[in-house]
Amino acid sequence: MIKSLLMILMACILTNNYVLSKFLGICPFLGVSKKLDSAVGMGAAVTFVMLMATAVTWPIQMFILNKFGIGYLQTIVFILVIASLVQLVEMTLKKFMPPLYNSLGVFLPLITTNCAVLGVAINNINDGYNYLESLISSLGAGIGFLLAMVLFAGLREKMETNKGIPACFQGIPVTLLAASVLAMAFMGFSGVVDGIFA
Amino acid sequence: MNAIIVPAIIVAAIGLIAAIVLVIASKIMYVPVDERVALISEALPGANCGACGFPGCDGYAQALGEDPELAPNLCPVGGSSVATIIGGILGVEVGEVEPKTAFVMCNGMSTKTKQIMEADRIHDCKSAKMFFGGHWACTHGCLGLGDCQKECMYDAIYIVDGVAKVDTEACVGCGACTKACPNHVISIVNKKDKVHVACKSSEKGAITRRACTVGCIGCGKCVKVCKFEAINVENNLAKVDYEKCKNCGLCAKECPTNAIVNLRKKKAPAKKPAAPAAE
Repeated sequence: MIKSLLMILMACILTNNYVLSKFLGICPFLGVSKKLDSAVGMGAAVTFVMLMATAVTWPIQMFILNKFGIGYLQTIVFILVIASLVQLVEMTLKKFMPPLYNSLGVFLPLITTNCAVLGVAINNINDGYNYLESLISSLGAGIGFLLAMVLFAGLREKMETNKGIPACFQGIPVTLLAASVLAMAFMGFSGVVDGIFA
Repeated sequence: MNAIIVPAIIVAAIGLIAAIVLVIASKIMYVPVDERVALISEALPGANCGACGFPGCDGYAQALGEDPELAPNLCPVGGSSVATIIGGILGVEVGEVEPKTAFVMCNGMSTKTKQIMEADRIHDCKSAKMFFGGHWACTHGCLGLGDCQKECMYDAIYIVDGVAKVDTEACVGCGACTKACPNHVISIVNKKDKVHVACKSSEKGAITRRACTVGCIGCGKCVKVCKFEAINVENNLAKVDYEKCKNCGLCAKECPTNAIVNLRKKKAPAKKPAAPAAE
């Protein structure tokens, strides 16, 4: 039981990394990775929202959508629920945890319609996970996102100060190249998880 | 027909529940916003330069709302007019805002000092500084590669012949350039102070002299000539005490290397009347 949960967790962090293997959530990955601090803030916020979203969308899928046979409305219902959930979380944080609210700041509203969050919610259903497995999988997806953000922010900070980059590659082109190389590096993890827990 | 109505009702119901929850939450979680803070944010120039010491204009407005002891005249960009508005919002008296400007403590243009290595592959001061202290003979002066220029939001500082120059009209004294300079050559001074030491070299006179013709050699002539004891030499470098300085400019005249500069505008020579237009 624990072994299978650990496998799901590690698989979501390394082999099935949402950013670098499934290419979801590229927008914040490229947009907010200029500085390490904000990358960490964004990653933490996404992890939190992914967990919350899964906790709410899984029961909705099982007990409402499946029961009435309207699974095809999954996307629109999930977006609706996630968006209002993030609003609720934002208000709660503002009231009860102002320091956390200030540090997450502008990132929370940005996540409302992030495709990685929606992707996690939908993938959990498609993979046929139960409630606990879904939660573990979304936690892994969030940690994987955080890991990718932190790694990439480190790379970008190096690239900012590097003057050896040809002028035509400076800025976005070299960033995209680096992202592709990092994604290829993560491809190297395929099979690792099965090997560890075999 | 049911195939349309049932899903529509379910989605609408979910939306309605979410909306009701959000409305209730917004009532329960209501955080009173200090309306003075919003007013102050509007009054501030919005440059987010950080010269007040707070992270951006909103940060300063927030701090003003929370701390009644905080001085409302910390914004050098807005100056007296903004300070008066903020004082009006908060209901406190406001002192004058002393206008400030950046000053570059180096005059070592390429004619006055020399390069000891080529710098065509190094494009910013920070990198140059890390590479054996820079490409100039003097390691204390302006590196002249424009890190300050990149930071300035007001286009008030630019590089002329290897040395940063400040446009005192455009400069608001926010201090972004002082933070960018790896040699700490730029300082923020009051606009009313006109006499400054334009050198940062704490080397002994002979070494400074060898590196640059306009460096302070710590000879102490300025100390002797000053009637107000407003200048003294520490670490082979003259230093003006702005509390005592009366801007007479005697030290600037006396300085054998012209390391002390007097920014006071010289009286413009009487202009000749323009030549009459050709007929």
